[in-house]
Amino acid sequence: MLAVPETEFPPSINEFYPPPLWEALPWLTKFTLLVWVAAGVLIIFFLLAYRHPRMVPTRTQWLAESIYGFGRENVAKGMMGPEGVRFAPYFTTLFSFILLTNLFGIIPGIQMSPNSHIAFPIMLAVISYIMFNYVGVRRYGAAKYFKKSLVPPAPWYVLPLLIPIEFFSTFIVRPVTLSLRLFANMFAGHMILAVFTLAGFVLLNSSAWYLKPISVVSWAMAIALTFLELLVIVLQAYIFVILTSSYVAGALAEEH
Amino acid sequence: MLLAEVTGSLSAVGYGLAAIGPGIGVGIIFASYIQSTARQPESARITLPYVFIGMALVEALALLGIAFGYAFGK
Repeated sequence: MLAVPETEFPPSINEFYPPPLWEALPWLTKFTLLVWVAAGVLIIFFLLAYRHPRMVPTRTQWLAESIYGFGRENVAKGMMGPEGVRFAPYFTTLFSFILLTNLFGIIPGIQMSPNSHIAFPIMLAVISYIMFNYVGVRRYGAAKYFKKSLVPPAPWYVLPLLIPIEFFSTFIVRPVTLSLRLFANMFAGHMILAVFTLAGFVLLNSSAWYLKPISVVSWAMAIALTFLELLVIVLQAYIFVILTSSYVAGALAEEH
Repeated sequence: MLLAEVTGSLSAVGYGLAAIGPGIGVGIIFASYIQSTARQPESARITLPYVFIGMALVEALALLGIAFGYAFGK
């Protein structure tokens, strides 16, 4: 008989608040360790891949160059044109960091993405928010930038309606939805996988004999949903970076 | 006088209502992608990034429904 994990069913949000790993440091939980590991892995990977660059790339060098090529061609140049190359390193780092921390959600043994805690996507979204505002203000000056982003080309009598809408959508909704989208996807994905996995155990240990084989169906659903979760992980990392680059492009864009 | 009463988890009912809109939205996105590809197959590669962007933006609302179910519930 399989061992029953000592967790409640259905899973509640308590499993998103793990205990600290070491009592003396209450802030050092699994999430903190995972973020450190992700940053360390990325730094080490990109450093080692470019240690001895060759004309005909080795496999790691090819992989690192592909990731940077994606960040530069598809994201920076695709959204911003040729002048976007100076943002390409940041977008590549952002994409690979979000992808790696999201992937922790389906790697067996870890199975918890730091992005399923609202704090980490909030910080990433705040960096994007400060970035596109700072870039716009630095190019155009504060007054001209706010006039450009708040006042749409419309007749004067609808502007009192349009300007609050523009302000709300550009300066308030953008960082909120950016962080909430990433958080909600990771949170919901983890919950769905937890429900199907734990339901398998609950069905296996039920007292009715005809419910026990259904646990295999539940676990097969968990495996299928893990593949769907992989698609969602890559998509959410891509969306975060594309939207950030789109906001920066919009802040830098000339007047129509 | 109570005419009707809902007991149990209202956040589950709320999520079900919240999932109607994004369901229709994602259907519209993919319907338009399929139609546009059927009319002009060479444009499939050009419009594919917009499919992904549109899907993520619309699914955001459905997932806010899941997350707020836990935030506003017990």
